[in-house]
Amino acid sequence: MWGIIRQKVGTGGISAPSMERIRPAVSAWRCYSSSGKEMTVRDALNSALDEEMSADPKVYVMGEEVGEYQGAYKITKGLLDKYGPERVVDTPITEAGFAGIGVGSAYYGLRPVIEFMTFNFSMQAIDHIINSAAKSNYMSAGQINVPIVFRGPNGAAAGVGAQHSQCFAAWYASCPGLKVLAPYSSEDARGLLKAAIRDPDPVVFLENELLYGESFPVSAEVLDSSFCLPIGKAKIEREGKDVTITAFSKMVGYALKVINLRSIRPLDRATINASVRKTNRLVTVEEGFAQHGVGAEICTSVIEDSFGYLDAPVERISGADVPTPYAANLERMAFPQIEDIVRAAQRACFRSVPMAAAA
Amino acid sequence: MSSAFSAINTVQRPPHASVSQENPSVSPLRSSLPFLGSNHKLRPNSLHKNGASIRRQSSIVAVSDVVKEKKTKSSSSLPNLLITKQEGLVLYEDMILGRAFEDMCAQMYYRGKMFGFVHLYNGQEAVSTGFIKQLKKEDCVVSTYRDHVHALSKGVPARAVMSELFGKTTGCCRGQGGSMHMFSGEHNVLGGFAFIGEGIPVATGAAFTSKYKREVLKEADCDHVTMAFFGDGTANNGQFFECLNMAALWKLPIIFVVENNMWAIGMSHLRATSDPQIYKKGPAFGMPGVHVDGMDVLKVREVAQEAVARARRGDGPTLVECETYRFRGHSLADPDELRDPAEKAHYATRDPITALKKYMIENNLVEEAELKAIEKKIDEVVEEAVEFAEASPVPVRSQLLENVFADPKGFGIAPDGRYRCEDPKFTEGTAHV
Repeated sequence: MWGIIRQKVGTGGISAPSMERIRPAVSAWRCYSSSGKEMTVRDALNSALDEEMSADPKVYVMGEEVGEYQGAYKITKGLLDKYGPERVVDTPITEAGFAGIGVGSAYYGLRPVIEFMTFNFSMQAIDHIINSAAKSNYMSAGQINVPIVFRGPNGAAAGVGAQHSQCFAAWYASCPGLKVLAPYSSEDARGLLKAAIRDPDPVVFLENELLYGESFPVSAEVLDSSFCLPIGKAKIEREGKDVTITAFSKMVGYALKVINLRSIRPLDRATINASVRKTNRLVTVEEGFAQHGVGAEICTSVIEDSFGYLDAPVERISGADVPTPYAANLERMAFPQIEDIVRAAQRACFRSVPMAAAA
Repeated sequence: MSSAFSAINTVQRPPHASVSQENPSVSPLRSSLPFLGSNHKLRPNSLHKNGASIRRQSSIVAVSDVVKEKKTKSSSSLPNLLITKQEGLVLYEDMILGRAFEDMCAQMYYRGKMFGFVHLYNGQEAVSTGFIKQLKKEDCVVSTYRDHVHALSKGVPARAVMSELFGKTTGCCRGQGGSMHMFSGEHNVLGGFAFIGEGIPVATGAAFTSKYKREVLKEADCDHVTMAFFGDGTANNGQFFECLNMAALWKLPIIFVVENNMWAIGMSHLRATSDPQIYKKGPAFGMPGVHVDGMDVLKVREVAQEAVARARRGDGPTLVECETYRFRGHSLADPDELRDPAEKAHYATRDPITALKKYMIENNLVEEAELKAIEKKIDEVVEEAVEFAEASPVPVRSQLLENVFADPKGFGIAPDGRYRCEDPKFTEGTAHV
C-alpha cells in the first residue's frame, strides 16, 4: 500500500516539485549510496540485539512470540537458537506481569529487553513502565537503577484499526525518569538500540512497523559491534536554509531537509533551537495526536528559547484528532502526508509577507 | 518439617474436591447465606474447627493444625519446643521493634513530624518477623505501602527508616521516597509500592533473576529467595494471577505471602471476594497453598522455613495465606469506623507479642526480666531514631533534580565506570560513543 516515500536525492529547496511523491522503488537510492552496503531496519535491530546479548550475558529478551515464533515481526529471529530459552523468553499473554517481571529482574541485576507486540499493548503494563521503572531511581535515591529497555512497534501500521494505531511518544516522553527513543533509519536503529541496552536507565524504544522492511545504506562504522549513538542528540539529516522541520520515526522519510529527532526524551533542544535561529521558521511533524504532543513541546521550547528569532508562527503537523479509522482512504487522511508538510513549509515561508501585498 | 507440606504437594487436585470436606457454611459453593455481605459473624478461623477433618486427603492443609498435632505427639516430659531461647529472643526483639516503631510513628504523625500517607503494621508483626527472619541478606523482600516493619525486619536501621519518614536527607532514600517507598539496595528491600499488586511482578522478576543467575550466569550457589508481601485486597488483582501463573510455570524461587487482615481500607474481604479462601488459589496455578495463623509467630516461622527451603531447593513457589489483623486503621487518616469493636477486641486477645511472651515464659525459656530488658532497649533504639531524625537536615535544593537518572547525559557509562561525557576526550559526534 502506501509505504515510505523516499527522498529524491540531489534536489534542493522546498518547492513543490522536489517533494513529489516518489515510488518506493529503490533504484534511485542504490545509485547514490556510497558504501554499497544496505541493511533493513529489521536486520539492524536483530544484529544489535544479537551483539549485545553476546557481549553481556545479563542481557535477555522477554515478550510474546519472541522465541519459537522468531518474533511477531521477526525482529528476534534466530536468537532463540543461539541463546536458548532461558535468555529468549516466550511469555504468556500477560503484559502487566512480564513487564513487572522485567522491572524486578532489572532491580536485582539483569538487563532485560522487554518486547511489546505493539506499544498499544503497553497500556496494560504502563503502571510498571511509569511507576516501578521510571520512578525507582529517584524514589530510592540512586540505590536501585533500572537498566531495562521496553521496545516494540509504535504508531500506525496499515489498516489495523484504532486500537492498534496510536503513537505513544508523547505519553512516555512526558514522564521524568524515562528515556524515549525513536529511530528512523537502520543506522539509528542499530546505534540507538545498542545505546539503550547499555544505558543504566529505563528506555522506551519506539520502532515503526512500516519501517522494518525498509533498507538504508550503512557504513562500515555502523556495522562495527561497538557502534553506539548518544541518547539525547538529534541528527540533522540535511541542513535547510528556509525552514526547520523536525520529525521522528517514519515521518523523517517525508521531508527532505529535516531534523531527525532520534531522542524524544531527552529532547535535543539545543540542536532544534540552533537551527531555528538560522532559518527563523519552524514546522514540527508527527504522526500522533496534536494535543499535548511532541510537536507542542518542541514549539513551546522554541518559543521559550528563540522567540526573538522567529519570523513566522511555529506550526505543528500531526495526525487527525480522531481514533484511527479502518477504511483506507480515511486512514490516509488521518495521518500527515507530504502535501501537508509542503503546505506548512510554504505557509511558514510566506507568512511574513505583509497583508498589503496579498491585497 | 516435611509433614506440613507433604500433604500439599499434589497440585493436580481440582479445588472443588476439597470443598466438600470443609465447613459448608464457609464454602461459598454451598453457602446458605444468600449474600456474603459485611457479615461480622462469618470469620475464616471457623475453618480451624474442621481442621481435624481436613487431613492428608486434602491437597490443602491448615498448617496450624498440623503443628498442633506435632506438639501433642511428643512426650510431655521432654517438651519438644519449637524454638531455642536464642531464636525466641531474636523473634521477640524484632516484633517489639516493629510495634514500638509503629507506635512512635503514630505519635510523630499526630505531632506533625510525619505527613502524607502512613500505614501502620500493628498486629501483623508475626508475619514480618516469622518470614523475614528466615532470610539472608541477599534474599529480597518486596512489599506494599505497609512496609516500615518489613524494612526493619530485613535489617534497615531504625534511624534510617525514621529519617525517611520525617523527609530528611539521612533517610534510607534521602527523603525522596517516603513512607510508602522504602528501598534499600544494601539489604535488598526492593520497595515499597503504593499500587497494590505492583510489587508482585517486581518480586517475581527478582526471583527470575535468581534463577537466571543460577542457570545462565552459572553462579551455582545462587539460591536467593524472594518474598512478596501483600494483602487480601491484592489477591483479587489481575497481576497477582498473572504472576502465580508465571512463577509456577517457570518454578521461580518466590514465596507469595498474603497478609489477610480481612479488610482493604473499609472493604471487607468477604464482600470483595467470590471465594474468600485465598490459599486455594495456589493449587489452581500449580503451587502449594497454605493457610496459617498469622497471629502466632511460631506457626508462621514453621511455614516460612518450609517454604524457603522449597524455594532454595528449586521446587518453585508457594502461596501462604496468613490470617492476621491490623489493630489500627488502614492508615493514620482512616477513622476506622466500619470494623466491629468485638472483632477488634477478639484479635487484641491474640496479640502476637503477648502470645510469644506467654509461650517463652511458660516453657521456661526466659525470665520476664530479660524480656523487659529487651523492651527497654528497643525503646531506647526508637527514641534515638527519633532524635536522629529530628536533628538531621532537610534535603538541599539541588537534591530536587538529582537521581532521576543513573546516567543523566545519556551518553552512557564507560567500562571504567565514569560517565562518558566527563571524559576529556569525549566528543558529541554522532558515531562511536
